[in-house]
Amino acid sequence: MNGFISRGFGGHRRVPEELADRLPPGQYVESGFPVLTAGPTPKVDTADWTFRVDGMVGQERKWTWEEFGQLPFEDVPCDIHCVTKWSKLGTTFRGVPVDVLLDAAEPLGSYAVQYSYGGYTTNLPIEDLMDGKAWVVTEHEGEPLPREHGGPARMLVPHLYFWKSAKWVAGLRVMDHDEPGFWEERGYHEYGDPWKEQRYWND
Amino acid sequence: MERLTPVEQKAPGRWQVATVAAIKPETPQVKSFRLQVPMWMALADGEVSPYFHDVVVEGDQVEVRGPFTSYFVWRGESPVLLVGGGSGVVPLMCMMRHRRLTMPELPMRLVYSVRKADDVIYADELDGDTVLTFTREPPGDWSGHTGHIDADLIAEAGVDSGIGFVCGSNAFVETASQLLLDAGFDPQQIRTERFGPTG
Repeated sequence: MNGFISRGFGGHRRVPEELADRLPPGQYVESGFPVLTAGPTPKVDTADWTFRVDGMVGQERKWTWEEFGQLPFEDVPCDIHCVTKWSKLGTTFRGVPVDVLLDAAEPLGSYAVQYSYGGYTTNLPIEDLMDGKAWVVTEHEGEPLPREHGGPARMLVPHLYFWKSAKWVAGLRVMDHDEPGFWEERGYHEYGDPWKEQRYWND
Repeated sequence: MERLTPVEQKAPGRWQVATVAAIKPETPQVKSFRLQVPMWMALADGEVSPYFHDVVVEGDQVEVRGPFTSYFVWRGESPVLLVGGGSGVVPLMCMMRHRRLTMPELPMRLVYSVRKADDVIYADELDGDTVLTFTREPPGDWSGHTGHIDADLIAEAGVDSGIGFVCGSNAFVETASQLLLDAGFDPQQIRTERFGPTG
């Protein structure tokens, strides 16, 4: 930018020192839980809800809400980072590790697309869903996940920007190539690592 | 994939220089800034708005980057219903202006909800295509709508299909987008932008 500086611009918000090493570059600490959704909030009844793993898999799998409830759940304390610059630190979800779901389906491709009720999609390498890095969660802070935050179930991939954690998630499609999802086609970064500030296409 | 505008094709996500061309007090709480950017017009918001509000004067150069994404963008789809709550009207007014300049015959209506007279942004630009409602204190001589947006107000706007853009607080957007669904809009044709309070 040729050393050009906007006159009088004060720069970023202050970060509490004890939290500095948990906050990726350009982020600020948010105590609330902002809602960001591109369209109307879908209504998904648990009676109609299913979760699928399909695409390039050895065996397509589908769970109803009741079947899903029989899977091994765990608490997931984590920090989440939204590309719009807020981070929520030390928050706890509860859900099923994606490892459990993928293992059941025997994935054969290296990429995955999360797809949601309402049409949202987001893509990522399948290894970012493995080894305890991702969950399908149904609770937040001990309560059923609110609808506006993706209830009854959303993906949780806390090491990537939070648009990579699809709300109202309906399944995972395993693919042999990377295919941009909803925001990835509209200017957001293909991968979205908050520690590398991969927000937009040219980052 | 959506078609990119010429600006997006030219400079997706790149830093550009903008000049503050005009500053206009809209209400006691809101000023509007006109930024001149080569091939691009937009308003910065959020983290930097206090800087704009308190520091910037006409003629200043500022660094801007964008547009970042191509979603809350009107590309001439028709008809259009815009629903804004409070300062949520800002991106919608950009669409109104663009339509006024480029395709004034195209059906576009704005439903605009504010609390009180002092909160009306762009007061001198609101015309017959705007349905305005005051939720708390209407001006003394007001004979128009009062109260929160509801199905009747959406019906009065007279657009029940096409594309809808909704911007405001989260609670406002939840209510308004549900009203658009009830009015018959396709969920895929309702685009929303939300801001605090946080839940």
